[in-house]
Amino acid sequence: MKDTEGYVTADGRQIGGQLMELKNITLKFGGVTAISDISFDIHEGEIRAIIGPNGAGKSSMLNIISGFYTPTEGELWYKGAKRPPMKPFEVARMGVARTFQNIALFEGMTVLDNVMTGRLTHMNAGIGAQALWWGKARDEEMENREKVERVIDFLEIQNIRKTPVGRLPYGLKKRVELARALAAEPSILLLDEPMAGMNVEEKEDMSRFILDVNDEFGTTICLIEHDMGVVMDLSDRVVVMDYGKKIGDGPPDEVRNNQDVIDAYLGVPH
Amino acid sequence: MLKDIFVTPFADMVAAPDFLLQVLWEGLVSGILYALIALGFVLIFRSSRIFNFAQGIMVVFAALTLVGLHSFGIPAWIAVVLTLGVMYVLAMSIERVVLRPLVGQPDIILFMATIGITLFLIGGGEIIFGGENKVMITEELGIPTGDSVLEPWGGLLILQHLDITVVVVAAALVAVLLAFLNYTQMGRAIRALGDDHQAALSVGISLQTVWVLVWFIAGIIALVTGIAWGARAGVSFALEVIAYKALPVLMLGGLESITGAIIGGLMIGLLEKLFEIYWGQPLMGGNTETWFAFVLALIVLLFRPQGLFGEKIIERV
Repeated sequence: MKDTEGYVTADGRQIGGQLMELKNITLKFGGVTAISDISFDIHEGEIRAIIGPNGAGKSSMLNIISGFYTPTEGELWYKGAKRPPMKPFEVARMGVARTFQNIALFEGMTVLDNVMTGRLTHMNAGIGAQALWWGKARDEEMENREKVERVIDFLEIQNIRKTPVGRLPYGLKKRVELARALAAEPSILLLDEPMAGMNVEEKEDMSRFILDVNDEFGTTICLIEHDMGVVMDLSDRVVVMDYGKKIGDGPPDEVRNNQDVIDAYLGVPH
Repeated sequence: MLKDIFVTPFADMVAAPDFLLQVLWEGLVSGILYALIALGFVLIFRSSRIFNFAQGIMVVFAALTLVGLHSFGIPAWIAVVLTLGVMYVLAMSIERVVLRPLVGQPDIILFMATIGITLFLIGGGEIIFGGENKVMITEELGIPTGDSVLEPWGGLLILQHLDITVVVVAAALVAVLLAFLNYTQMGRAIRALGDDHQAALSVGISLQTVWVLVWFIAGIIALVTGIAWGARAGVSFALEVIAYKALPVLMLGGLESITGAIIGGLMIGLLEKLFEIYWGQPLMGGNTETWFAFVLALIVLLFRPQGLFGEKIIERV
C-alpha cells in the first residue's frame, strides 16, 4: 500500500502514518449521486481539510466518516482494519468525535454537563454502580471531571462553566461543541464548518484553537470549510470536491494552483 | 358565604393544629406518590419526547404480576425480584417492538403507540392474572401495618406505619433518581438525549440503551407505586387512575422538569387534601379530590402555558 509512511509538512512537523483511508466511496440518495468514487486518506497528527463549493458533498463525506451515512459503495479503513457499517454511536466509541455545522448541543444543560457528555465514550462502570455512586463509578466520574476541566481550561471557557448552553452567543456555542468533542480524547476530530457564520475575530480565535489542539494533544483533525483563506493557512493537506467528485488533493500550495480548483471556485460552466 | 370561604377554614386550621398536621401528612403521602409517578413520565418524555400514556397501566401490571407470582407460591421478596425482571423484559420489548420501528415519527404517533401498549397490557393482564380485585401482599413483604399515635399540643396525630414506609421508600427512590440523573454519565446521557438526538449519537450515546433504561426505571417506579397504592386500595385495574393524577402534576410542573415533577406532585397532594377537608367537605359535599388537581392545573396553564417549571416557550416569528 502506498502512502502509509508519514511525511514532513512545509513548516517542518513530522506527520505519522495512515490513520484512515476511504476507498472509492460513492453515496447515492435515490437517483441523486451525492458523492461519486472518491478516495483519500487521513494521516495521524495532520490537519486535513475538505473544501469545495456549496453542495459539493463535503458534509456528506463527513457524515460517512462519522457513521451518520452509510456509503452506497466503497470501503472505509480505520486503524488498519476495514470498518463494517456502524451506527454513529458505535463510531463515536471507536474514537471519532465530531462537531456539527449548525451546532448540536444539549441546550438545556450547562456547559460543564455538555462537555461531560463527551466523556461518555470512556464510561466503563455499570449502570447499577453509577446509580449508587459506587467505587469504580465514583472514581471514573472524578477522573472524567478532571479531564473535562482541563479541556475547559484549554479552550478558555471557565467563566461560563455553569451557564446553560441555550443562553450563550453563537461563537461560544461553537467553542463548547469543540470542547465536548475534545473531551472524548478522539483519535480523529471531525469539524463541520467550524467557522461558519463567525466574524473575523471569532474566526481567528477558532483557528488558533484548532492549531493549538493539534499541537498540544497531537489530535488528528479533519475539517470542512468554506473559507478558502482560513483553510489554506490551517491545513497540511486539502481535498477539493465539486459536484460530488474529487478535483484536487494535496498540500495547500499545490491545490491553490490547480486549474480545476480555480475553475470550480470561479464558476466555469460544466 | 364569603365568611365560609375566606375565614372559617383558616380559623379551623388554627383552632386544631393537630388535625391540620394530620391533613398535611396525608397530603404528603399521596403527594410523594404523585411525584414519583410524574417522574416516570418526565424521564420518558425527556429522553424520547414520548408522552407515555401507558404509565398508569404499568402500575397495575407491576402490582398484578407481583401478587400473581406470589399466589403461585413464590416467596414475596423473590416475587419482587422476578417482577423487576418482568418489567425489564417489558421495557426491552417495548423498545424493540414499538419504539425502534417508530423512530422519527411525529410525537402523536408515538403517543398513540403508548395507548396501544396500554390496551395490550390491560388485555394481557386480564388473561394471565384475571380481572378480579386482589389484595396486596403487604404483610408478606414485611411492610409494617400498625400505627403510631402522637399527641402534638395535646391533640391527636395518627401515623399509619404503612404511610411512613411509603414516604421513606418513595423519598429515597426520588433522591437516588435525582443523584443518578445529575451526577452520573448515564444520567447525563438520559438528559442529553431529549435535547438533541444527533448530538447524543455523536458522543456515543446509544438511543436503544437509554430507552430501555428509562422504560425500566418507569417500571421500577410503577412497581413501587403499585405496592404502595395497592396496599391501601387493593390491586385492581382501577389503580390505573393514580397515573392520571400525575397529569395535572405534569401540567403544573412542566413535562420537562424533574424538579417540577417533584414539587408539583407534593403541591397537588397537599393542596387537594387541604381543599377537600376545609372547603370541599363543608361547602361542596366532599369528593373534590377527583377534580381539584385538574382545575388547579388549568388555572396555572392559563397564566403559564409551559407549566410552573417547564422550559420557556420561545416562538421566533
